[in-house]
Amino acid sequence: MMVLILGCGRVGARLANVLDSEGHDVRVIDGNADSFRRLAQEFKGQTIVGQGIDDDTLRRAGIEKADVFAAVTNDDNTNIMASQMAKVLHNVPKVITRIYDPIREETYQTLGLETVCPTALGAQMIEEMLDGYEGHLPSAEK
Amino acid sequence: MYVVVAGGGKVGFYLAKTLINEGHEVLVIERDRRKSDSINEELGSVVLRGDACEASILSEAGVNRADVIVAVTGDDEDNLVICQMAKKKFNVPRTIARINNPKNEQIFRLLGIDATVSSTDLIMQQIEQELPAQALIHLRLLRDADLELVEAGVSPRSAVAGQKLQDVQLPADTLILVVIRGGKTSVATSETRLEAGDQLIALTRAQKEGELRSLLLT
Repeated sequence: MMVLILGCGRVGARLANVLDSEGHDVRVIDGNADSFRRLAQEFKGQTIVGQGIDDDTLRRAGIEKADVFAAVTNDDNTNIMASQMAKVLHNVPKVITRIYDPIREETYQTLGLETVCPTALGAQMIEEMLDGYEGHLPSAEK
Repeated sequence: MYVVVAGGGKVGFYLAKTLINEGHEVLVIERDRRKSDSINEELGSVVLRGDACEASILSEAGVNRADVIVAVTGDDEDNLVICQMAKKKFNVPRTIARINNPKNEQIFRLLGIDATVSSTDLIMQQIEQELPAQALIHLRLLRDADLELVEAGVSPRSAVAGQKLQDVQLPADTLILVVIRGGKTSVATSETRLEAGDQLIALTRAQKEGELRSLLLT
């Protein structure tokens, strides 16, 4: 399948490397060409320099043929806007949006975006790890 | 009217100032402390400091009772999110967004923003009007109908100069409505003969604009 990834930070690059090694057609967009150094040397996909909220950039990257669009820049609003463009304007079948702000995530989930919130996930995982752990604090008496 | 202005840059500041002078209740949301302080100093305490994209700030601003929210930060994506949050989460009846990329107008409309203002577009319109009968001037976009009113001159090089309107092969969905010649305006009929130097007002589709332009200008 053809996967378009917006944002070549740690998450974007890692996702791109994995999907590329699995044999998918991967294209990565980032506003800063330096970010592509995070991609593995074996990476066979395309890199596109440009703004993810600029429709010209999205088209240049081939969004009209994309099966998946993942917005993982470090800016929530860029991810939100680009994802809605992918979904509403270009009818990309699967659109995934990373949103750090849990409240904004909730709102856009109800608006129909498929979202991932690392903040909520991280907090939840740490909390689960602490589950049942009483610790050695004086206040943690049974 | 209660108006919430998101973004306290120059546009936000002068907008707030004008609205206050007209007697409206205004609240400006601005992240930057220095900008907030200077607006407060000039306009009285009208600034709430914080990120207008965050629900807690919008809630603190009492956006749920706002008649309008105007998002005028310098970033299109922020303006979109501010308006969508205000509309979907707080039911603000009217949302207006400033956009920098004129192409975002269509996208914002599809995504439920009530109105957009593009300074790039406004300046382009001014520039077009200054150009002597060379370009197509956009007079008005009839959004819902996907039609636009344009003004264009007939170039002496054009094949239509000297032709009767009924003989002119216009692009599909295009009508010549008005002919302005020597300061006199007349409604076009099929009998109207076009002359070089005529200014025409026409109705066309955005996609047909290029065809119309080349017909009249080359």
